[in-house]
Amino acid sequence: MTLREMQAGQKARIEKVDASQPGVVRLMVLGLIEGAEVLFGNAAIGGDPLEVSVFGSAISIRKQQAGNFRVTPIDSND
Amino acid sequence: MTDHCAARVPVEKIKFRRRASATLAIIGNPNSGKSTLFNRLTGLRQTTGNYPGVTVEKHAGTVQLESTAIELVDLPGIYCLGGYSADERIAVDVILGRIADTPAPGGLLVVLDATHLYQGLYLLQQLMEMQVPMIVALTMTDVATANGIDISIDVLKKHLGGIPIFPVATTTGRGLDALKAALAGVVDSPPPQMPESWPELSQAADRLIEQMDTPVPRIDVIQALLHPDSVHLEILEQQLGKPRIAEARFTLFADEPPQAVEARRRYRWVRDVLGEALQQAPILERFEAKALRWLNLPWPATLLFFTVMALVFQAVFSWATPLMDGIDALAVGLSGWVSAHLPAGMVSSFITDGVIAGVGSVLVFLPQILILFLFIIILEDSGYLARAAFLMDRVMRSVGLSGQSVIPMLSSFACAVPAIMATRVISDRRARIATILAAPFMTCSARLPIYALLIAAFVPDESVGWMNLQGLVLLGLYMLGILGGLTTAWMLKRTALRGPKPDFALALPEFRWPNLQTVLIKLMDRIYIFLRRAGTVIFTVAIIVWALAFFPRASAIQTDMQTAIVQAESTLSGESLQQQIFQIENEAAAAQLSQSFLGRAGRFVEPVFSPLGWDWRVSAAVIAGFPARGVVVAVMGTIYAVGEKAEEASLVSKLRSATWPDGRLVFTLPMVLGLLLFYAWCLQCTATLAVIRRETNSWRWPIFAWTYMTVLGYTGALLIYQIGSRL
Repeated sequence: MTLREMQAGQKARIEKVDASQPGVVRLMVLGLIEGAEVLFGNAAIGGDPLEVSVFGSAISIRKQQAGNFRVTPIDSND
Repeated sequence: MTDHCAARVPVEKIKFRRRASATLAIIGNPNSGKSTLFNRLTGLRQTTGNYPGVTVEKHAGTVQLESTAIELVDLPGIYCLGGYSADERIAVDVILGRIADTPAPGGLLVVLDATHLYQGLYLLQQLMEMQVPMIVALTMTDVATANGIDISIDVLKKHLGGIPIFPVATTTGRGLDALKAALAGVVDSPPPQMPESWPELSQAADRLIEQMDTPVPRIDVIQALLHPDSVHLEILEQQLGKPRIAEARFTLFADEPPQAVEARRRYRWVRDVLGEALQQAPILERFEAKALRWLNLPWPATLLFFTVMALVFQAVFSWATPLMDGIDALAVGLSGWVSAHLPAGMVSSFITDGVIAGVGSVLVFLPQILILFLFIIILEDSGYLARAAFLMDRVMRSVGLSGQSVIPMLSSFACAVPAIMATRVISDRRARIATILAAPFMTCSARLPIYALLIAAFVPDESVGWMNLQGLVLLGLYMLGILGGLTTAWMLKRTALRGPKPDFALALPEFRWPNLQTVLIKLMDRIYIFLRRAGTVIFTVAIIVWALAFFPRASAIQTDMQTAIVQAESTLSGESLQQQIFQIENEAAAAQLSQSFLGRAGRFVEPVFSPLGWDWRVSAAVIAGFPARGVVVAVMGTIYAVGEKAEEASLVSKLRSATWPDGRLVFTLPMVLGLLLFYAWCLQCTATLAVIRRETNSWRWPIFAWTYMTVLGYTGALLIYQIGSRL
């Protein structure tokens, strides 16, 4: 599963980032790296771009880019 | 370059002003409260200047302390020392001392946002590797506490190599005095210990330095290893040879992009530090937070965006118009007073039609620019503009741009000059140039007087449904500008600026109440940019156009005018005499203009513009408007012999009845629509061309923009007139 398939309000941990894709490094600089827990926020109309929060900081990410981040969902009841 | 601010400092204060003993750069993430802290520390003791050889403005301010003074340099926010956009690169270049003739700052004041320590500490550890004295201001501590975030300063300090940390709350001013008192000692304090996050990097750098004949600072080597396009890499490769550098880089990064490895290493350390230093207490979501979350849902957010935009433009129109009328009336009154007290002639004309009209034509745009920028800055400071960029990204992507282009484009509805300068935040070079070339299409404040005149004269004042037809045409002209700009960006991105889709990695700050002082200082800054970059050009152009319209003088016309006035005085008296004299003078002025350089130019180019339905008068006014479109209405007033300060109504009736020599009306509906389109699409602004030249650092783009937009405006007007006249 990737960031792309997540739903609003869902939490997940990033497992693997494909850094070779263009533009991904810039998102890593903002903190989207392996091991980070992300909270999925709202998307813009049409479901793109998406909003993900990491450590309380919201980051805008395009849907196509989100496919480069493999994640494991975390049960939000934790 | 400092005089505009120094002028505001009372004289008695100057005596006590001490020379700054040291320079500190203030650096931090975007939206970390950096500018607000800068303003709180320096107050109004700020200056805006230029870095030598660089187009970016230098914002500096003085912090007055008991025994000394410190110069603080404000810099654009950054996330890393990589530097993607022009703005970010300048910040990195300043702190690393890479700008010629500007020494590196003596120390850093690092701003860490307590609510975003994650990204703040990422930057901080890179700064620590610079091995310069530094001090940390921990901002937003009040917001953090309200959000249930508990930060242990002592634990943080332990991990940050002994950097002094000062918690502050800029809203209340808590902690500011302690921070201020500590600033004086910063430059003499030892640099922090190296961060423990990535020892291999600094070790690799040290090994390379040992092998060098003329060692360079460690941070330069680190930068060269991390950034293959760094200026330092070449120096390193000259000294050590390419293979040794390549080997060191492979050991560190293998096949991964260096910055990806860097992000993994550094953020792992950040997570460990935060795990120790930060406690997040569970908090009940407050009503505001719930409401804001609802407003961030896709449809409410988009609706809100358009509502906000509609309200902003409504306010701009309803507040700016009376102010603009007031400035106009003031200029007219002043000219009237001058011409009443000076003998008619060149001096009087120069002062009234040249200087006063020139200053007036600059000032008349101020209300609109002021109000629009006030709103834009409030939206920016509250964090909403980033949200707007997020919401509009999809639309902008369809023309090859990204959400980042939204903010400069909004600014260009006030004036394209500050808007083009605002494109520096756009990281993708091609997207930035496409945005620069799209910005001049947006309806700026200088286009409005012409729109207003032509619409008032030729569009019936009637209702269409619940809207007014005149308002509808004006809205249509705004849309025409947006359409022209976006289409241009789309075409450029498919041809000359073809390239990968620009990235869109943007932090979305949460909503926060704007800080009044920050808003006002930023507003003053934009106004200063407008006056300095656009105002001076518009004024110069107004003087040149005055000279072209004044010279040469035909003495025969003056003699005839005198004869006609004498004749009138012998036959008429009282009110009707005054009217007659006014009429004679205006006709003489029109006759003078007709044979002036400008009038001759109008006649000369009439064949070029007659397929658009323009006679020599319109052509002359259009030519006069090429250097700065703001002068057009005044020139029309003179050409149509109503006096340039006449009531708009009399100019309107003159335009309505203007005819060709064969008696046909000049201002037919197709001609007027064509003329409006010409003004919507033509780049008639020297200041914009100059700023495009500066920002793109080439003549190619301003020449292209001018030619392209002129051809577009001409062709559009031609088609509308030719097709419209045959219907």
